[in-house]
Amino acid sequence: MNRRRLLLMVPFAGVVVAGAGFLAMLEREQEGKFDPRSVPSQIINKPVPAFSLPGSPGFASTDLRGRPILVNFFASWCIPCVEEAPELMALRRQGMPIYGIAYKDKPDATAEFLARHGDPYAKLARDEAGLVAINWGVYGVPETYLIDKQGIVRWRNVGPLTPQAVTAELQPLLRRFA
Amino acid sequence: MTRLALALAACLLLAGPALAISDPSEALPNKQEEARAVAIGRQLRCLVCQNESIEDSGADLARDLRHIVRQQVAAGRTNQQVIAWLVKRYGDFVRLKPPFEPSTYLLWFSPVLAVAAGAGIALMARRSRPAAPPPLSPAEQQRLRQILDT
Repeated sequence: MNRRRLLLMVPFAGVVVAGAGFLAMLEREQEGKFDPRSVPSQIINKPVPAFSLPGSPGFASTDLRGRPILVNFFASWCIPCVEEAPELMALRRQGMPIYGIAYKDKPDATAEFLARHGDPYAKLARDEAGLVAINWGVYGVPETYLIDKQGIVRWRNVGPLTPQAVTAELQPLLRRFA
Repeated sequence: MTRLALALAACLLLAGPALAISDPSEALPNKQEEARAVAIGRQLRCLVCQNESIEDSGADLARDLRHIVRQQVAAGRTNQQVIAWLVKRYGDFVRLKPPFEPSTYLLWFSPVLAVAAGAGIALMARRSRPAAPPPLSPAEQQRLRQILDT
């Protein structure tokens, strides 16, 4: 009889454990620590995929060397890019070099976007076909990558850059790879 | 009622299968190569919509990936090579069917585990059930009859 009662408890215990798990998941999602839709980057701790893009003045993978650099994939048609613009401008004021790659965008539209929301980019390149972005594993804009001074990718942020991501993730990495 | 059912059945028949929404200009001229590209694309996840294959998705990125798959098929690369090219960039997540490897054993074995757990619980519940009471003795049967008759 006792054993039976114990067996009856098994489904309840299962429900409690699953519920606690889901609750933890939701909480982490709300805090921005967990995104069920995010696709892990495959190039972390690997050299930057080779590329050379035109622009004003445009840049190549070989330019991403010598000091930590942020590479930001963005587009004028992208709403979250507007959201992160102040954060990028703040980083630029702090002296962080940011290289921009305009993803599937027309040069005129890009110029207008930068005139309106500020231009944080030390260099600006165009990936009109979006093929360089695919080599990086980009699946949406904006995406931001930290490249260390050896040209190794150290970090990626999907979606708009937030002040929390900068203080909690980017700054410790910058101290480590300075 | 039957008329409605018939009408619904006719609608279903007329609808036909939903085909890839790619526009015909995307297709490779070689029928065999195109079939192979479709077969590969069906196994690849669109990273924007995430629950559709790149063959079914209308997303921009999916169209680019379909184009890359077709380029590589036309260049004579094998299905495995094309899929590996995409996995290198987007990880195993790009495969709609996850690979069979240590980190996915739990996933692949979960149906077996669920059946085994259910069978175990059923077996234990059966064992702990009290045995059936012994049949009535002739004296008890007689008493029962007496009670029922009064």
